[in-house]
Amino acid sequence: METILSIKPLLAILVSVTAVPFIVFSKRPNIREVWTFIAAIAKFLIVVSMIPVILSGKEIIFTLVDIFSGVSIGFRVDSLGLLFAIVSSFLWIITSAYSIGYMRGLNEHSQTRYFSFFALSLSATMGVAFSSNLFTLYLFYEMLSFSTYPLVTHHQDMEARRSGRKYLLYIVGLSIGFVLPCMLVIYNMTGTLEFTKSGFLSMDVSPALIAALLVIMLFGFAKAAIMPFHSWLPAAMVAPTPVSALLHAVAVVKVGVFCVIRVITGVFGVELLSNSHLNIIVCVIASFTIITASCIALSQDGLKRRLAFSTIGQLSYIVLGAALLSPRGFVGGILHIAMHAFGKITLFFCAGAIFVATGIKNISQMDGIGKRMPITMAAFFIGSLSVIGLPPCGGFISKWHLVLGTLDAGQLALLAVILVSSLLNAAYFFPIVYSAFFNQSKETRVSNRIDEAPIWCLIPICITAIGSIVLFFHPEPFLSLAQMAAESIFIK
Amino acid sequence: MSEHFPALVIIVPLISAFLISATGWLNKRLCFPIAVFSLTVSLFASIGVLMMVLENGTVQYRLGGWAPPWGIEYRIDHLNSLVLVVISAVAVLNIVTTHKPVQQDFSGKEGPFYALYVLFVTGLSGIVVTGDAFNLYVLLEIASLTGYALIGLGKDRAALSSLNYLIMGTIGASFYLLGIGYIYLVTGSLNIADIANLLPDIYDSGVVLFAFIFCMIGLFIKMAFFPLHAWLPNAYSYAQSSAVSLIAPLTTKVMIYVMIRVTLYLFTPQFSFVFLNISKPMVWLSVLAIVMGSLFALSQKSLKKMLTYIIVAEVGYMVGGLWLGNRQGITGSILHIVNDAAMTLCLFLAAGNILYMLKSDSFEDMKGLFVKMPFTMAAFTAGALSIIGVPPFCGFFSKWYLISGGIAAGEFGFVGALIFSSLVNVVLFFRVIEIGYYEPFTNHPNAHQKDEETLFNEAPRDMLVPLLMAAILLLALGIFTGHIVTAIIQFAIPTGII
Repeated sequence: METILSIKPLLAILVSVTAVPFIVFSKRPNIREVWTFIAAIAKFLIVVSMIPVILSGKEIIFTLVDIFSGVSIGFRVDSLGLLFAIVSSFLWIITSAYSIGYMRGLNEHSQTRYFSFFALSLSATMGVAFSSNLFTLYLFYEMLSFSTYPLVTHHQDMEARRSGRKYLLYIVGLSIGFVLPCMLVIYNMTGTLEFTKSGFLSMDVSPALIAALLVIMLFGFAKAAIMPFHSWLPAAMVAPTPVSALLHAVAVVKVGVFCVIRVITGVFGVELLSNSHLNIIVCVIASFTIITASCIALSQDGLKRRLAFSTIGQLSYIVLGAALLSPRGFVGGILHIAMHAFGKITLFFCAGAIFVATGIKNISQMDGIGKRMPITMAAFFIGSLSVIGLPPCGGFISKWHLVLGTLDAGQLALLAVILVSSLLNAAYFFPIVYSAFFNQSKETRVSNRIDEAPIWCLIPICITAIGSIVLFFHPEPFLSLAQMAAESIFIK
Repeated sequence: MSEHFPALVIIVPLISAFLISATGWLNKRLCFPIAVFSLTVSLFASIGVLMMVLENGTVQYRLGGWAPPWGIEYRIDHLNSLVLVVISAVAVLNIVTTHKPVQQDFSGKEGPFYALYVLFVTGLSGIVVTGDAFNLYVLLEIASLTGYALIGLGKDRAALSSLNYLIMGTIGASFYLLGIGYIYLVTGSLNIADIANLLPDIYDSGVVLFAFIFCMIGLFIKMAFFPLHAWLPNAYSYAQSSAVSLIAPLTTKVMIYVMIRVTLYLFTPQFSFVFLNISKPMVWLSVLAIVMGSLFALSQKSLKKMLTYIIVAEVGYMVGGLWLGNRQGITGSILHIVNDAAMTLCLFLAAGNILYMLKSDSFEDMKGLFVKMPFTMAAFTAGALSIIGVPPFCGFFSKWYLISGGIAAGEFGFVGALIFSSLVNVVLFFRVIEIGYYEPFTNHPNAHQKDEETLFNEAPRDMLVPLLMAAILLLALGIFTGHIVTAIIQFAIPTGII
């Protein structure tokens, strides 16, 4: 594998941290938002500029500083990390636009703090995507936890405080309590934490210890919201909707599953897991989460809570895809990072737009809302198609690969899980769309006159919804990157 | 010139302490600049010493030209040159912040305050540089006596808690003196390096055993190692913050240094770890210290009290790290001396700023603090994250070495205690952060209006800048951990320890 030394990954991380002082000390809100856009676009361009290098089969590395013997703060851009970075940096631009519409539409307080910590969170997300070893990954994982805390608790009321506590308890508590000790045990056994293509743990270690490490780390990365450590995510829905959209549908939760994938492939390795059949444990846990979360989603009346439980289920698809240990399942899992991101962020944007325009949060009050907000609800329909996994939306492609992956792995039970879950997904999304367009409104707040959310909200919704459709017809560069990632891991 | 650096570190502040005392009678405004000047000179000299050590290895300096083991020798290696820089850096950073509070709290007593301040730093630096076990005792008493006085200058119950500290501290010092007396009895030497050479023949002597026990008990009292910690919380929380933010970061850390010096260089690792075979109980005692310190901290209702119990827990970290007896653990211990001094400084400076502005440090008065004092609270949060152990703040890295050493030594109780204490620290600090951030609750979540009391009201600049520098230092120490360990700390540990 040819590697190139380049400072680009570090720049991609630093660009939004650097923007923070400018955001804080801007005199006028408009100038402040310009800084956010400059940082977001610069970040996206830096990330995009790395695509040709990676697609040509090379990797970019950069080591910042050595910390312990064999451990450094180091970055390595490979196809998997780049895919995640493209998705989150692109969606940050869109979300910034949406944030302006949403925050100003609601006349929210402390917007400077909001935009500052948003920028910090995106830095941390890039850091996770480009980490070359478990230590660097942990560093940015923690940075993300603490920089999203003020965003989750933005409203500073009693409910926000409760959710904030839950958030810290699960995310910080488990990363310190579970991941940190595991990381140290692994470091003491092997003397390294550097991710490799085939993992660096060997069979000499007792299988019981490997199994314990695997399960504890799986739960320890609580951002992946694997049951039973998922309940911070519905609680975190107290945050402003752009936060839920970008962080709790894309950046934060995908960081969780990304960490799980990195640990499964880079630390344990495909060979070790398939020889010891330990991946079955992960598959079972993920399947349980998929089905249970989908069932709970059915019963939620708060739109954002329903979306949150849907996210919990969809995240476990990605974990399942990685744990199948079949190349096509792996491609499906990784693709789902991108496809689900576009679909789910659209749904959250819609939820926020409805709230900004009408103040409605609950599904039961949304009868007939399609007549007032036709564009928003059309986008909602597209987003839900994508999440369910129906053509012509991007979600179909990732689910297709996942289904093929289960067949390759010979796991018919897991095939059933995916299909049943898709039915459940349809069951909790389609009624919303149906009643929005075909039911008569019972709410005085919903009139028949077309009255959409502010334009800053509406344009981002359209972009991500159209994006979901475009990804079905043209899933590049994500498909190539996912296939490259799978090849590098599975071909000896 | 540069060969006299080891002496300058001590002599300059020592002389200026008396000078300050004298000028205090003539012109009170001169005291502060003299103190700042002498401590800055001392800081540069100590950095010079560190450079010398890094270049040439151990530096020996004979006071008055008398050769050891008869004369007193300053013997500076990687271990104490590092601690020396820590002491003088903390002293300089902190003294800048004391200007305004001292005018407010000790009006008319600037002379005594700064004289004691500088003399205290002299004592601690002396403890660190000396290569003579008895000279160490003398300097220990200089540092302690000035410490009692500094704490006693506070209000309310400060005098009482200082008296309590004085009694405990004197008992501790007496134990140490007794231990050194025993050593002198059997070896006839007071020079640490000389004693280490003489001891191996008489390891099995009961006198040596008791000398060791007395020294350790004395030091444990002085460093507030649980359950001998009782003097610390009151003494540190009733004293004025300008004194505490000097004493709290340094005293316990220097005592940890002395413990490391005594166990590794006076009694040698062979005796302390192999011959005595008490590592396990010592590690378990430190587990107890960590757990109890954390639990006590949980039950406090004011900021400074909480921080003092965190110090008790942190002392447990460092004692445990040493007694793990492996390179990782001892590295963690030494690194934690540096990091904990920086973290404690940052947190106590923040607490000092809060006290200065609010006249209170109880949790319930901290409502809206993120709006009132955003910069102080930002630095406080940095200190909190460092104590919790979040990378890239420095506290994480020493914890990493300590846990790593615990795993290598198979001491999983110690590992568990460290993780437990990190989690408790999350609760401790976020409880404070929550109050400062959420309260007072506004009725409407989107409200812009602010209460009368929550207006921007930050501490004066000369108190803020050192605090922010301390916060940045936490990051810098964390990122350059690798350099600190490979350039300094790995040479500070005897080569026999793996």
